[in-house]
Amino acid sequence: MSDHILEMKNIVKEFPGVRALDNVSFQVKPGEIHALVGENGAGKSTLIKVLSGVHPNGSYQGQIHVDGQEQRFLHIKDSENVGIAVIYQELGLVPQMSVVENLFLGAEKGRAYRIDWDVANTEALKYLKELRLDVSPKALIRNLGIGKQQLVEIAKALAKKARILVLDEPTAALNEQDSANLLSILRELRDRGVTCIYISHKLGEVLEIADTVTVLRDGKTIGTRDMHGPERLDEAGIVSLMVGRELTERFPRVEHTPGEVVLQVRDWSVQDPENSEKRIVDNVSFDVRKGEILGVAGLMGAGRTELMMSLFGAYGKRLSGTMLLNGQQLNIRSPLDAIRAGLAYVTEDRKGKGLVLGMDVRENTSLAALKYLSRFSIINRLEEIRRAEEYVKSLRIKTPSIEQKVKNLSGGNQQKVVLGKWMLTNPKVLILDEPTRGIDIGAKFEIYNIMNDLVEKGVCIVMISSELPEVLGMSDRVIVIHQGRLNGELHWSEATQEKTMLLATGGTEK
Amino acid sequence: MSRSIDGQASASMQILQNQLKHNVRQYAMFIALIGIGIIFTVLTNGIFLSPRNLSNLLLQTSFIAILSVGMVLVIVGGHIDLSVGSIVGFTGAFAAILQVNYGYSTLTVVVLTLGLGAVIGVWQGFWIAYRLVPAFIVTLAGMLIFRGALIALTGGQTIAPLEPAFRAIGQGYIPRLFVNTEATSGFHDLSFIVALLAIAGFIFFEMKTRLRRKRHGFSNLPVPLFVAKIVAVAAMLWMFFSVMVNYRGIPYSIMILMALVLLFVYITNNTTFGRHVYAIGGNREAALLSGINIKRKTMAIFVIMGALSGLAGLVFTARLNSATASAGNLFELDTIAAVFIGGTSMRGGEGTIVGAIVGALVMASLNNGMGLMNVSSEYQLIVKGLILVLAVWFDISSRSNNA
Ligand SMILES: Nc1ncnc2c1ncn2[C@@H]1O[C@H](COP(=O)(O)OP(=O)(O)OP(=O)(O)O)[C@@H](O)[C@H]1O
Ligand SMILES: [Mg+2]
Repeated sequence: MSDHILEMKNIVKEFPGVRALDNVSFQVKPGEIHALVGENGAGKSTLIKVLSGVHPNGSYQGQIHVDGQEQRFLHIKDSENVGIAVIYQELGLVPQMSVVENLFLGAEKGRAYRIDWDVANTEALKYLKELRLDVSPKALIRNLGIGKQQLVEIAKALAKKARILVLDEPTAALNEQDSANLLSILRELRDRGVTCIYISHKLGEVLEIADTVTVLRDGKTIGTRDMHGPERLDEAGIVSLMVGRELTERFPRVEHTPGEVVLQVRDWSVQDPENSEKRIVDNVSFDVRKGEILGVAGLMGAGRTELMMSLFGAYGKRLSGTMLLNGQQLNIRSPLDAIRAGLAYVTEDRKGKGLVLGMDVRENTSLAALKYLSRFSIINRLEEIRRAEEYVKSLRIKTPSIEQKVKNLSGGNQQKVVLGKWMLTNPKVLILDEPTRGIDIGAKFEIYNIMNDLVEKGVCIVMISSELPEVLGMSDRVIVIHQGRLNGELHWSEATQEKTMLLATGGTEK
Repeated sequence: MSRSIDGQASASMQILQNQLKHNVRQYAMFIALIGIGIIFTVLTNGIFLSPRNLSNLLLQTSFIAILSVGMVLVIVGGHIDLSVGSIVGFTGAFAAILQVNYGYSTLTVVVLTLGLGAVIGVWQGFWIAYRLVPAFIVTLAGMLIFRGALIALTGGQTIAPLEPAFRAIGQGYIPRLFVNTEATSGFHDLSFIVALLAIAGFIFFEMKTRLRRKRHGFSNLPVPLFVAKIVAVAAMLWMFFSVMVNYRGIPYSIMILMALVLLFVYITNNTTFGRHVYAIGGNREAALLSGINIKRKTMAIFVIMGALSGLAGLVFTARLNSATASAGNLFELDTIAAVFIGGTSMRGGEGTIVGAIVGALVMASLNNGMGLMNVSSEYQLIVKGLILVLAVWFDISSRSNNA
């Protein structure tokens, strides 16, 4: 039995109205990378919270054994003491503090109450070097890119002598390069004996890195497979275990016939808030036609989000540019103006900017469209309920009722709420910023279908995505942004991964 | 047959337990209120529960409660207002001077004073919403400014007396209609009618909500629990009103308060303004991207708070029949405490009007009970401070338990 470093047995965890974990058993061997996959709301994050003591012993049924010893964690501290460290998708670093301060936060180096900065710095350097992270221990976290922050989190876990490292969707917000780097570091850690539990919706990564895969569906363990043995799974195999059926197509491409130009953007430039000399968006012009999906490709940090936010009236200072909607000049100074004109912007940061987490599904769904759901400022409750229920149904949002607070929904279902919220405003132009981040493969497919439906109804869609297959699979046309400038445009039939990457990294065609 | 009833009963018990567990905070407020009532009743040999005192208690509650209604919006919206005490004093003195020195009629005085409160709200709202100075600072400044203005205005003198119509706002009772018309105490028919209407209204509203929820397939309490709840709340309402029905009737200030509560419960639940305030407090960025005009809503919050402060100033001045330089001292603390005791979250985005009213009752009961016991004012402060810490600690811990 104790050839498992970790065993979770018959775990049952209930929330009001939901049985999030239904008799889950989960076993991890020492020194392996064990991927945990499943649809949105399958219970992955909940299982991890049970493991780490966020949901304390007594709030669930079942047992946890580490090294064959039964454990009853009441706090996160308890699980850390036996060597379990969890890295959540929302990083737990203090942005105003330096790397070294963060590394030893709560376990400062030195004696009594005096911090010995020399020791701290030397040790910090050691951990940073192990992770091939080339930053000064004195650098402030907020000045590091997200990929490096992720690695600092891992260093922090190692500093706590973690033996079991749990990563909940670590690459969801990383670009390809940072993701690849993270994966190779995880492999090195494994080879040094660190056990790793890895949650991701990116099945490519899972196939690349996992020694073992466990699939959850609806709070139940569907199966655990050794990826080096005869039962090894391919992508289709994982998907069919996840969703319980075969999924043949990844991208439901529909031939659209683009009509007249709806949105015209000319010479759009935006000042960089960090450096007033620089332009974060530099002279960008593009058109969006009726009935098409315009993909916006580029590397992370290329200025795509800033461009769209600024079109939407929600970002910094515009230096130049005009925007025409159906030939009418728009003068947008706030998101309110933008919504009135018929624009909608689905943010990439659903928790920070998309949702009011303490409000329920109904209130979040209606928030941007209250104007249409009210008369003389008085909200038409019945209509509000009806619309919210309609979207819960059509987007297949998994929630016990529209009265559930969105903070209690799983990540992917939260994303669908944000989508529903903006569809409800009935936009002419729908801007989607990383619309399928953190969304499972089945739900992605649903969202693509919804996009196609909307386009069918005459909505124009602008989609920013850092996942190349998605941009190429869904767009009718792709524009590529490099360092704030438009660096080329491709029709879908000619857009390949290579061409797009070349443009995204600043190259020119031919 | 009997098994299914058993099953039903145990299911009801289960739901009851769940309900208790997940609504501890709401029940706790009422339990605390009742507990405080019992303690003071024992300590004062029953004087606390005498009709005369209870009626007094309600009058004492009214101005803190009026302020709490506005303060809920302020705190839910993610701000704070430290200036309400000074504004109560200042607007009250303004009102008294208009009447005593310049002979304005009560109606004119009321209108002008509410207007002054609103204007003060515009002033503070301007700095907070449009100049982005934190509300803590702006209203801390307001606390000094309006206290200073009050002292300057009154010159340290007491300004009195007021006309009967003005006094009635803080001391008067609604009239008797048919029975006991000449008496000053005993069964009060109009109050009885108001009480019946209120209770009937409550039951009607509960039934309507229940039906609506049923139609949408939302979870509802099982019938026995629902009936129990209705009976319990109706009984509490009746206890509340019976004090007044059997004594001098409902004070005007309580009528004003009830109207305000109804209005603001409606505003917070059913209007876009209310929804926007909660959204701004819950997640400012998301509110902004959803097209909410944060500046304008913030301004509106402070204008409402200012006007309500003016109203509280009127009620308080009328109750004392005079204006003094120390009027309204520390009201901001009682008000903020009432709002937090009533379960409003310090981080914004969460809180209810009804909770704040219960909180105001708690604070007023403490003031009243300790006053009856002749506790000296320094110990009153200590006790209130301790209760505030305990109440908020309880609120926070029960919040994280069922998160
Ligand atoms: N605190 C909570 N209160 C109520 N329900 C909850 C809570 N936390 C999770 N749930 C519910 O439990 C179920 C499992 O959620 P969980 O977050 O574990 O899913 P997940 O597998 O991590 O999904 P995703 O891939 O979308 O992140 C969901 O239906 C969710 O709504
Ligand atoms: Mg999750």
